[in-house]
Formats: sequence, structure tokens, C-alpha cells
Amino acid sequence: MVVLGQLLLVHWFCMFDVVALVIVVQHNARSIPQYVTEAITGPLTDPPGVKLRKEGLTVNHPVVFVPGIVTGGLELWEGHQCAEGLFRKRLWGGTFGELYKRPLCWAQHMSLDNETGLDPSGIRVRPVSGLVAADYFAAGYFVWAVLIANLAQIGYEEKTMYMAAYDWRLSFQNTEVRDQTLSRMKSNIELMVATNGGKRVVVIPHSMGVLYFLHFMKWVEAPGPMGGGGGSDWCAKHIKAVMNIGGPFLGVPKSVSGLFSVEARDIAVARAFAPGFLDKDVFGLQTFQHLMRMTRTWDSTMSMIPKGGDTIWGGLDWSPEGESFKCGAKSLRNNSINSMVQNENINLEDNVESVNFGRIISFGKDVAEAHSSKIKRVDFQDAVTSVKLPNLTTNCDIWIEYHEIGNHRIKAVADNKVYTAGSILDLLHFVAPKLMARGGAHFSYGIADNLDDPKYQHYKYWSNPLETKLPNAPDMEIYSMYGVGIPTERAYVYKLNSGTDCSIPFQIDTSAEGGIEDSCLKGGVFSADGDETVPVLSAGFMCAKGWRGKTRFNPSGIRSYIREYSHAPPANLLEGRGTQSGAHVDILGNFALIEDVLRVAAGATGKDLGGDHVYSDIFKWAERINLLL
Amino acid sequence: MSLLRRRKPINESSDSKPLLEKEEEQHHQEDHDEDDNDDGNGKNKKTPSKIRKERGEKPPSPPPPPPQSKWSCLDTCCWFIGCICITWWLLLFLYNAMPASFPQYVTEAITGPLPDPPGVKLKKEGLEAKHPVVFVPGIVTGGLELWEGRECAEGLFRKRLWGGTFGEVYKRPLCWLEHMSLDNETGLDPCGIRVRPVSGLVAADYFAPGYFVWAVLIANLARIGYEEKNMYMAAYDWRLSFQNTEVRDQTLSRIKSNIELLVATNGGRKVVAIPHSMGVLYFLHFMKWVEAPAPMGGGGGPDWCSKHIKAVVNIGGPFLGVPKAIAGLFSAEAKDIAVARALAPGFLDNDIFQFQTLQHMMRMSRTWDSTMSMIPRGGDTIWGGLDWSPEEGYSCSKKREQKNDTQITDQAGAENAVCKARSVNYGRMISFGKDVAEAPSSEIERIDFRGAIKGHSAANTTCRDVWTEYHDMGFAGIKAVAEYKTYTAESIVDLLHFIAPKMMARGTAHFSYGIAENLDDPKYKHYKYWSNPLETTLPNAPDMEIFSLYGVGLPTERAYVYKLSPHAECSIPFKIDTSADDEDTCLRDGVYSVDGDETVPVLSAGFMCAKGWRGKTRFNPSGIRTYVREYNHSPPANLLEGRGTLSGAHVDIMGNFALIEDVIRIAAGASGEELGGDQVHSDIFNWSEKIKLQLDDDTPAHSSR
Repeated sequence: MVVLGQLLLVHWFCMFDVVALVIVVQHNARSIPQYVTEAITGPLTDPPGVKLRKEGLTVNHPVVFVPGIVTGGLELWEGHQCAEGLFRKRLWGGTFGELYKRPLCWAQHMSLDNETGLDPSGIRVRPVSGLVAADYFAAGYFVWAVLIANLAQIGYEEKTMYMAAYDWRLSFQNTEVRDQTLSRMKSNIELMVATNGGKRVVVIPHSMGVLYFLHFMKWVEAPGPMGGGGGSDWCAKHIKAVMNIGGPFLGVPKSVSGLFSVEARDIAVARAFAPGFLDKDVFGLQTFQHLMRMTRTWDSTMSMIPKGGDTIWGGLDWSPEGESFKCGAKSLRNNSINSMVQNENINLEDNVESVNFGRIISFGKDVAEAHSSKIKRVDFQDAVTSVKLPNLTTNCDIWIEYHEIGNHRIKAVADNKVYTAGSILDLLHFVAPKLMARGGAHFSYGIADNLDDPKYQHYKYWSNPLETKLPNAPDMEIYSMYGVGIPTERAYVYKLNSGTDCSIPFQIDTSAEGGIEDSCLKGGVFSADGDETVPVLSAGFMCAKGWRGKTRFNPSGIRSYIREYSHAPPANLLEGRGTQSGAHVDILGNFALIEDVLRVAAGATGKDLGGDHVYSDIFKWAERINLLL
Repeated sequence: MSLLRRRKPINESSDSKPLLEKEEEQHHQEDHDEDDNDDGNGKNKKTPSKIRKERGEKPPSPPPPPPQSKWSCLDTCCWFIGCICITWWLLLFLYNAMPASFPQYVTEAITGPLPDPPGVKLKKEGLEAKHPVVFVPGIVTGGLELWEGRECAEGLFRKRLWGGTFGEVYKRPLCWLEHMSLDNETGLDPCGIRVRPVSGLVAADYFAPGYFVWAVLIANLARIGYEEKNMYMAAYDWRLSFQNTEVRDQTLSRIKSNIELLVATNGGRKVVAIPHSMGVLYFLHFMKWVEAPAPMGGGGGPDWCSKHIKAVVNIGGPFLGVPKAIAGLFSAEAKDIAVARALAPGFLDNDIFQFQTLQHMMRMSRTWDSTMSMIPRGGDTIWGGLDWSPEEGYSCSKKREQKNDTQITDQAGAENAVCKARSVNYGRMISFGKDVAEAPSSEIERIDFRGAIKGHSAANTTCRDVWTEYHDMGFAGIKAVAEYKTYTAESIVDLLHFIAPKMMARGTAHFSYGIAENLDDPKYKHYKYWSNPLETTLPNAPDMEIFSLYGVGLPTERAYVYKLSPHAECSIPFKIDTSADDEDTCLRDGVYSVDGDETVPVLSAGFMCAKGWRGKTRFNPSGIRTYVREYNHSPPANLLEGRGTLSGAHVDIMGNFALIEDVIRIAAGASGEELGGDQVHSDIFNWSEKIKLQLDDDTPAHSSR
């Protein structure tokens, strides 16, 4: 009897436990992770949307998102036999399932035509439209979703939010030629202004979207057929503020290594966003070449080649950041506000050891560090171009332009030893003439001497802030918001690849390491301050100096503000990608940034936000750049 | 649990105190006992204790476990689960390894090679994308997602509440209902809740996984070169009244702007609009709105439609309303409860809302103004009176419905003469009792309900949590309704006003169900008339074309036999009398059916294009050409065909190859003449003849023909 009673008791308690657990789980299915997190770290702060709602902020200005490169989804509308069953399925974004299942088919469909930069025949891959285009890049990997959710908290919905999705593989003008994306954007902005009682929009471009939106602002005011024919006051009438997030205004050095050898610290621009999946050997042995062939058909990658040449990025013996920036792992990881102080202290001590960031590509570590007078350079431009090794092309089933160059030229490239931002253009023209011919038709990388020159009415200048004027809209505001405190690629040490016929002849010399512990050189890459992708210089210079006050680039005196967000890694795993991140994409989940965006959308001006908010030395560096304003 | 674990050894020891020296042995025996108990008393109950025993209860120096406990229930469970998992993985693996075209292989092996889908066929003919295309989805088929909700809807931000898997209906039915309902007074959002339509092509390509709506049409259009830059899904919140979609979401402005953009970016080519179901009425409303001056209208000017629209290809359009809507509003039931259920079969059968499913559904769908757009229009003139109806003579025995294909017209004509005596009084849309439905009108005693006192609500307050207006009515009112015996289309509007005055007050602010005597009357400039084709003129666009495409050959609800329900306190007092059956007339389960596409009767879908707008009439002053294209229903030949490529059912017709081909041809530039003009299987022209609607403008004062 007693045993039976025991059993009943145990049984009863057990059932009770289970039931209780089930009830708890059912009631809190959503908030269990939150409970755990709160138990560990103490109560979480309100998300900015909730906080600002309590302050009484509500919807005011409609909002336009302009996604960057790689983050927007692409789906298939027409394909070859091998892509059967994928109609209107995402090829880019989502799970990337097809990449594993049929890699070659995938690469074929993601590539564009080599000559035109448009669709290959029989293939139509189109951007996904609507907010879903770029809210999540892959399942669980948010891009805009957090910002959208917070905006919704203060009352935003689809009638007041618009995702200006575009095919980020195309050159900017080609998005209009093929898909009429720019017209679509213009029409949608006009609609939003009209249906929201004439309130102007707040535009939030991210990453390459920043350049795309610069292009748009010129396009929309330019007369048809090249432009949108909106008239010279379109921007003044329709745009309240442009809040650029992590904008590579002056390009990113990463894109150079991407184009030059499809590798960066994390192979190619693409890999920066889809980590892991390109490591695997899904394309068989020749991953890099396949990738290179694919990314080289994407004109848009050429929009991010560093602009402004030596004037901006520094020459052989100087660079804006070089003399003052110190990038030891310690100072970059831990610094937040005291970084400036620290930097200056160290500055005095090790002035001799400063890095030549200006030499974006050097062949050999010694070359990178030697004084310019000691480097023997042989001009590669004179190298004989006619000598070719004909068998090279036939051996390799994968076509890339390197196979048409021949060994002499490759050697000539290496003999030139060191390249600055200005000469890198020549270099790219030299190693990939076809690619650059296509790119040169759509983008330009110089600095305008005279902005009134009629040639600057051509669309290829529109995305280069150094060759265009901002629109005539004195009430508009331009923000540059970006993360700082993460080492960001700035210059590279290369070596000749001793490899086989079919491989890419240049490679980052990963054995090149800086001597002392906190050197900027790691694995063949010199790092500067930035958000892991865009260096501070590129993201901040235009708003810090180029457009500050009335300059020739900003004739109507549009107010510009810099908002930097110091990177702090997530405190624990449960926080996911963190609420204080400064990394290029993760910054879209940064609470401080979201709060700023919400305030501006709800009507605040840059003054109300508190003006500039700076951690890095951007103003000092900008001072060093001698640009005629 | 740890507490329990501690307690047990104590009990054991107290139990075995006298025999301390033999403790081990006794314990051993206890094991045995328990095992025996297990076997005897049913395994399920005792397993938890057993698990505990095996894991943690071993005495310090355990004897070897008895052999029979080696293969215990636990092991069986583990093996069972393991087997299931392995099978699952295997199936998953096979599924993933299967080539995409595998189902097609199977189908082809069984039925022989499939015909090319129309997109492929027409591409071979050389057709290319020409006119941009605008889709206007109907009621229920568009997805809705949550943008702001109450506590209970946490974590559903931007998740679909309507469409998709309907998972939330099961998980939190009451919360779901609360969020799907609109405000009772305004017909707009309740406070603190924002549910918004999904935008883009995804809004209505699939209603639920695997249940296509527009997807097949989109895929076929894509074959000849269409993509998102020349296709636009005009998604709107189908719960709102049409004008309110503009008030709340500016949807009409959005459609206007997008059509203008489509025309501008496609070299000035005008759009082909393809509305489906209620979208047809919505697009009628849009065409009036866009030309009306601001602020009520869109201010597009009187030639906007002629400049921007090439053709309106209406699919299954309930131009004159659907009788089903009445049953839905009157008692939240139809042959398949409420309009909603027509499209989401299965999920409303279950008792997820506990006992009061119907009342809950009714309360929810009554807050949706849009349902009132589909109340039959035109009154007795169109739908027939007590003793006549346009379709009278139509006979619908089961055999003919299912099997006849093209001879339906001849046969119907032949039988017309034979069974004239027993023709159905379709005009009596609601009758109380079968005898009333069949008796000559002179024999029916009717007591007018209009003046009746509704009486005080006799129902006690127990069922107050489910609000329907019936509870405000009281017995006297309910009795009065039943005593009026039979209702025609015109008196039904009065009936609805009587039983649900609040709802109809909201409805009549947005919709109207009459026939205009003088269309130039300035009152017709009000938006509530815009979606009624009998109270508006078509836009001045002589080059435009209007098509009416719909399925025929399916029995479609047309009139009902009702009964008073045995009066439980909280139930709806009227019910369809499902015992009413008649082989000869079309009465089945209390419902009289006519020809149609299962939801919309032919009369409603076809009349305007067959007669009301044919040629220059007062409803169509610029003489827009109209075409009627009917598609005969034939069910899918086998299961593998899914919903069939020859279906004529209201939604499934969107996958009908013949219809898709017509649509593609029109989009690629063909005119109605080139398609072959009218294509008719039903008696629609005959029936239209019988409707005496004044069409010429000469005598605007009376419609006295």
C-alpha cells in the first residue's frame, strides 16, 4: 500500500511538473530567451521604438530605405533548363540553398553579360520588391528588420515606409535602363509626399545605397531622357534629410583587392556578408576564379573603387591617417571615448613607425615600409602587351582576363612595386581592360577641377561626390552615420603567386605581419579605423569637410552632420549581434543609431540631435587633405 | 523533482526498518513488485516513476538488475522514436534528392504528355510582353499582416494573420479574432491594432501554401516576358469599405500612381487591369474615384481612364452581388458557412472557437464593411420578384450539372417547355419553409415586419460576451421576420436593415444597391454609388474594352429556405433548413442553385456585359465594347492534376488554361474581336432579355417598360 501511495505521489508530482512546465512554456514561448538574458545581464533597456513612443514621438516624415550591395534579395524570373522550378525563388538571399544544390547553375544565373553588364540572353534575375527585399538577408540575419520594427512602434507602416530595392549587380544607370528603378523610386517618393500631407521624406541609404542615392539625386533633377526630369527643385521639395549609414562616399580599399585578386581579409565583398558559405568548395576546385568571373560581371562593384586618388587617400609618403593613427588590437578593441587621447599619446612616441596607408598595394612588406626614395619602380605601362602565351586560355575552362595578359605584363605589374589610389586605377585598367572599359562608362573616380564643365552632366559622374554638386536644397540635411573602433582594411601587401596556369597570379602575402604587437599590419593587410568595411576617411570626409558649409560641392550650403557610433561587441552570446555594434551591417541594429533615425523621422533636425558626435580623428584627418573647396 | 527524490528513500527506509539487515534484498524485491505493478496496472501511468528509478534510485551497491527489465517500455519508446526519426530523415532526403520535375514525370506516365502551359504555347507563337498588367485581388484572397497589436499577439509583428498557414487561428483563436475584427462603429482599425495588407505580388499569389490564386497566371505571363516592372498587384485591405481603403491607407492613390508609373515606364502603353471577384467592384469604384475631383476623388480628370486603361478583364465578377452574401450576413452560414469559409475550407469546421464558432465568425465578419458590397443589387428588377425570375425554367438535375458540356443551352431550352409548371421561384431569395418557397404568391399570408416592434432583448446576459445584433432584437422582432414568410432581393435589404440596423447604417454610407433612374442626378457623385454598376456610368473611354470572364457549369447558391432555429439563448435565431430537398427543382439542403461558378451566379457575372453595357446605353455612354467569355467547368481528371486546368470554380478558374490564354493574348495586344468575341455556354443572353431594365437615356424619369 505504501509503495503504491508513493508511486501515486511521485506520479502526481511528476505530472504536476510537466503540466507546470507546459503552462510556463506556453505562456512565455516568445520571451524565454529574454528571461534568460535578463537573468544574466539584468533587465534589458527598452528598444528605442518603445522608449521614444513613451516620449510621445509619432509618425511624421515618410521614410525611404535604400539597401546596399549584396543585402538585397534577387529572384529568378526566367532561366535556363538547369534552374527549373526556381521561378520566383530567391537566388540571392534567404537560405542560398540552390548554391549548394547546383553551384554552377547558380553562378551562371547570378552572372551578368560580360559585354553589356545587363542580362545574359535567356536569363532574367530581378530584385525582390517591397520591405521583404532586404529586411532579412538570410533567415535570422537581419538587415533592416530591426529598424523597421522600431519605426513601426511609433506608428510607421507600409504606406509611410518604402524600400527602394534595386538590382545591386547593375551599374546605377543601368537599373533605370533595364528596370526603370530610378523612375519607380521617384514616383514612389512623390506618392508618399502627396499622401502624407506634403511632408518630405527622410531617406536612409546604407552602404552602396549611399552612392546609389547620390546618383538618384542627380538623376532626378537632370532633364530627360538621361535624367528623370524632375526639375531643379525636386530634391528641395521632396527630401527632408538623407541619413547615410556606413556610406563609402569615397570608395573602399576592400573593393580593390576584390577586383584585383578576389580576396580581401574575407574574400571578396560578397563574403563580407555571407560568411561561411564561400569557404566551402562548392564550386569545385576553382572557387576563386568562378567567383571572380561572377563578380567581375557586376558593374556595381566598380562604384566602390577608391575615389579622389592621391589627394584623398595619400601618396607614396603620406596619408591622412598615417601619421596619427595607431591601430593596435588593444586600443581598437577597448577604446571608446578615450581612443583619441590614447592615439595622441602614442603618436608622439612612435612617429617614426607610422604606416604608409597611401600605398594601397605594395609588393612585399619591405616595399610597403621602405621610404619612397629607396624603392626601384619600373613603370608597368610600357610593358610589352603583345606577348601572350596562347595555351593559357585553352587550358583553363574558366575565363578571366588574367589569362589574356601574359606573363610579361604580370611581371611588369609586380615590378612597379607600389600603387597609390591614383595609380591603382591605371593598374586595374592594365590588368582588366575590358572590365574597366565597362566600368569607366558608368563610374568616375577623379576630382573635378571645374564643376560647371558641361561634361559633368554625364551620368557617370553622378555617384562621385567629388565630381558633382549637391542639389540646390538649403533646407535639406545630410547625415553621415557610421561605426568606428573596428580595424578596417586600408592597404595590402601582395606577392606574386607561384601557382599553376589557371590561378590568379597575385595573392595577398598573408605572411606579412607587423613587427610590434599593435602594428596595423596583420596577415598582409594594413588596417585603419572604421566599421570593418568602410574606413572612417571614406565615410566621414564629405560631411566633415567636403560638404561642410558652402563649398563648391555644396553650393546651397546643405547642413551636414557626422554621427559616429563606437563599436562594442555584444556582451554575451544571447544578445546576438549586439545593440551597440559598429560593424558595417550590424550597425543597423545599433540602438543609438536607431534612436537618431527615429528622431529625425519624427521631425527632429540635426541640431536637435546634438550636432556632430565624433569618436575618431576624422576632423583632423580631413584637415590634412588638401582639396580645393 | 529533487524534493521528491529525497523523500522517497526516507519512506522506503521507514517501511523496511524491521528488516534492516535484509534491506538490500528487500529493495531488490521492491523492484520486482514495481515491475509487476507496471505490467498489471497499465504501462503509461507508471513510466515516470520507472524512469526515475532507473536513473537515480539505485542503492549504493546495486545488485544486477533483473533480466526482464532490460527490455522495458522506455526502450520500446526509444526504438519507436528512433525508427520514426530515421524514416523521416530518409523521406526528407528522398524528397530533396528528387528532381523538381518528378511530379510531372508521374503525371505524364499516367495520363500521357501534358499540354504546354499557355505561356509556353503562346511564346512559341511569338507573343511578347506588351501592355503592363494590374491585378486586383478579391475578398479573402489577399494576405493581411500585423503591424501593431495587443499583448496577446506578441511576436507576430509583420507576420501574416490572414493567408499563409493560419497557424495563429489554432494557437490563439480569440486573440486572432480580436485582431482581425474592425471597429464596430467606424469600420476602421480598433484602437491599438493595425492590421495591414501585404503588398507586392506575394500579397495574393498563393492564399495558403500550395493553394494558388494568382501564381499560375503570373508564371504564365512571365513566360512571355512579364516581370515586376510591368506587373502590379493592387493589394488592398479587403475588410474595409472601398472608400475607406483610401482614407486609411491611400490605396486608391497608390494604385493611380502605380498605373501612371507603369504607363510611363512602358512607353505609354496602357494597362490591362485584371480584377477578380470583389476586386471587380473595387476596380469599378477606382475608375469612378480616379476621375472624380479631389478631395473625394483622385482628381485624374475625365479622360484618365481612356489614357491609362486598355482593357478591364473581369474574372468572376459579382457585378450585381451574390446571394451567398445574404446568407452570410443573415445567419453567417451558406452552403459553406460565410464567405470566408468558401476559400479556407476545413479550418472553420473545427471547433477552434469553442461552442460559439458561428457567432464569433459573425461578429468578426460583420465588422468588415466590404462584405456589404456584395449584397444583391438592382432589387426585383434584376433578381426577380415573388412570381418570376430571369432564370426561371432553368433546371438543374445532378446529372446535367456534372456531365453536360456544350449542349447545356439546347437541353435547357428543350426542358424549359416541359417542366414549366415546376419552375423554381428564384426571386424569393429567402423563404421560411419549403412550402412557402413553392406556393404561388397569392397563397402566402404575409405580415409586414417593417413596423414590428422588436421588443426588448429577452436573452439574459450570459451570452453577452459574443455580441451580435440579434441579441438586441428580442423575440417579437424575430417572430415578425419569420412571419413575413418570403423575401425578394429588394425586401432583403429592408430585412437586413431591420435585423442589423447598426451594420446596415455603416454599410449604406459606403454602398448602395438600387438602380439609378437619372444618372445625371448630382447625388450620384457620392462615392457610395461608385461600385454599383447600375448607379454609375462607365468612364468616357471609347477605346477601352471590358471583358467578363467567368466559369459556368457549377451549381451556385441563388435562394434559401430558412427556418427558425429552436431557440437556445445564445444562438443565431435563423438557420437554413437543411432538411428541405427536392430533386426536380434545384433545392438541395435548403439551397436553390443555378448555373454559375459556385459563388457567383451567371446572372450577376454576365448581365452587365451581356446587356447593361452592351452598345451605347445610359450606363455606358461612350459605347465601350464589352465581351462575355464563359468557361465550362470540368473537374480535374485525376488527383495529380491538383485543382485542374479546366476548372470553372470561382478561384480555381485562375488556373484555367483557356482563361489564361485569353488574358495573355489581351495583355500582348489582342482586342476582343481577335479573341473571337463572345463565348457563351449558359443562357445568359436569354435571361438578360427577361430583365426589364431601362437602358436608353431618352426617358430618364421612369423605368416603365
